[in-house]
Amino acid sequence: MAKVSFTGNLQRHLSCPPVEAAGGTVMAVLEAVFEGNPRLRSYLLDDQDRLRKHVKIYLNDRVIADRERLSDPVAEGDEVFVFQALSGG
Amino acid sequence: MLYVASRKGLLSYEERGGAWHLAASAFVGEPVSAVLWDPRDSTLYAALNLGHFGVKLHRSEDRGASWRELPAPAYPRQAEDSGAGDSSDGDKAPSLTLIWTLETGGLAQPGRLWAGTIPGGLFRSDDRGESWTLVESLWDEPRRRDWFGGGYDEPGIHSICVDPRDSDHLTLGVSCGGIWDSRDGGGSWRLVGEGLRSDYMPPDQAQDPGTQDPHRLAQCRAAPDVVWCQHHNGIFRSGDGGARFTEIESARPSAFGFAVAVHPEAADTAWFVPAVKDECRVPVEQRFVVSRTRDGGASFEVFDAGLPEGPCFDLVYRHGLDITADGARLAMGSTTGNLWVGEQQGERWTALTSTLPPISQVLWA
Repeated sequence: MAKVSFTGNLQRHLSCPPVEAAGGTVMAVLEAVFEGNPRLRSYLLDDQDRLRKHVKIYLNDRVIADRERLSDPVAEGDEVFVFQALSGG
Repeated sequence: MLYVASRKGLLSYEERGGAWHLAASAFVGEPVSAVLWDPRDSTLYAALNLGHFGVKLHRSEDRGASWRELPAPAYPRQAEDSGAGDSSDGDKAPSLTLIWTLETGGLAQPGRLWAGTIPGGLFRSDDRGESWTLVESLWDEPRRRDWFGGGYDEPGIHSICVDPRDSDHLTLGVSCGGIWDSRDGGGSWRLVGEGLRSDYMPPDQAQDPGTQDPHRLAQCRAAPDVVWCQHHNGIFRSGDGGARFTEIESARPSAFGFAVAVHPEAADTAWFVPAVKDECRVPVEQRFVVSRTRDGGASFEVFDAGLPEGPCFDLVYRHGLDITADGARLAMGSTTGNLWVGEQQGERWTALTSTLPPISQVLWA
């Protein structure tokens, strides 16, 4: 299981407390999260399931490499952090 | 009630005791790109463009006191091998960027809504926004692939006119992709707009209906064959439902602008908010005025009573000008955050506030 947590800025729009989810990739972990929180999907992914341009995901201490398919491998005990990128004004 | 969709929230104003008051605000801090009032079931819709988290759609059944999020229109998922590298759709499979306009279907189509979006998809809902379907007949039109951005990087549908005589007759305005007409409720489409002219194209393509940038269409409710078009290159009027347009050359102080409103009962009466020209988007001589024709474009009057003396930098975007259903009042909101109500057929204006964020739409309801 991976631990997944979300930027507080998302809480303005919908409830998304930290959650534990299973999956071998970032995408698989997020899919598991979306099963319990389906509204969250469109806040993080675009219509083609790409990570939104201004959303950033860290896997432990590094930014994920694959923003298109979210294929970065996730190991047991990893931490996934979903942030908003600093952009706009 | 006057609803104002702004860069930082949805505001509603009401008149009490002869003065205008801010009655409510919603989505404070969030960009509201479009607002729709559906008089068929007294429902209000608001489209948001959250900077980080995408486009969202909300519905209120108590005039904005409370809201519920609905699924936003979404472009169909493409197979992985048909997305990247598909030059016809740019370099990426499409994803919703903006709900540019929302419209109700006809009186005989309860629950039907239309959404005009960037990057160019028209969406239909038949269940009050609970679900949306891309109108693939338009998306698959070969000439749709020629559309290009105007105002935004990607093309978009900003005007959806539903013929009050025939709900299956739709007229769309696309920046940039011309004017499209359907007579079968969106089942098939015809590129119309003969007579429009685009100076930004090479001369031999300037008359091509498919390259036109109609900034905004306004169809007269009582005479729906009359369609006014504030175009990138001037003001045009059609008397045959948009098939053919005639350029109006008497406009003053200029023919450039974004917004147009037509009187719901008097097809020859229309209002515009002129600016210098496309490469200098400020009011002419920085004097902010509203122009009106009451003779189908043969002549124009210019009004500034109640408007600031200037220098002004205000622009009124496509959806920033609206008229009440009875034609008695106008409202206008600018990119500089000024909000006005127009009385006496637009001859006198009252400033409600000058401290709003940029305004994307004003709506009487």
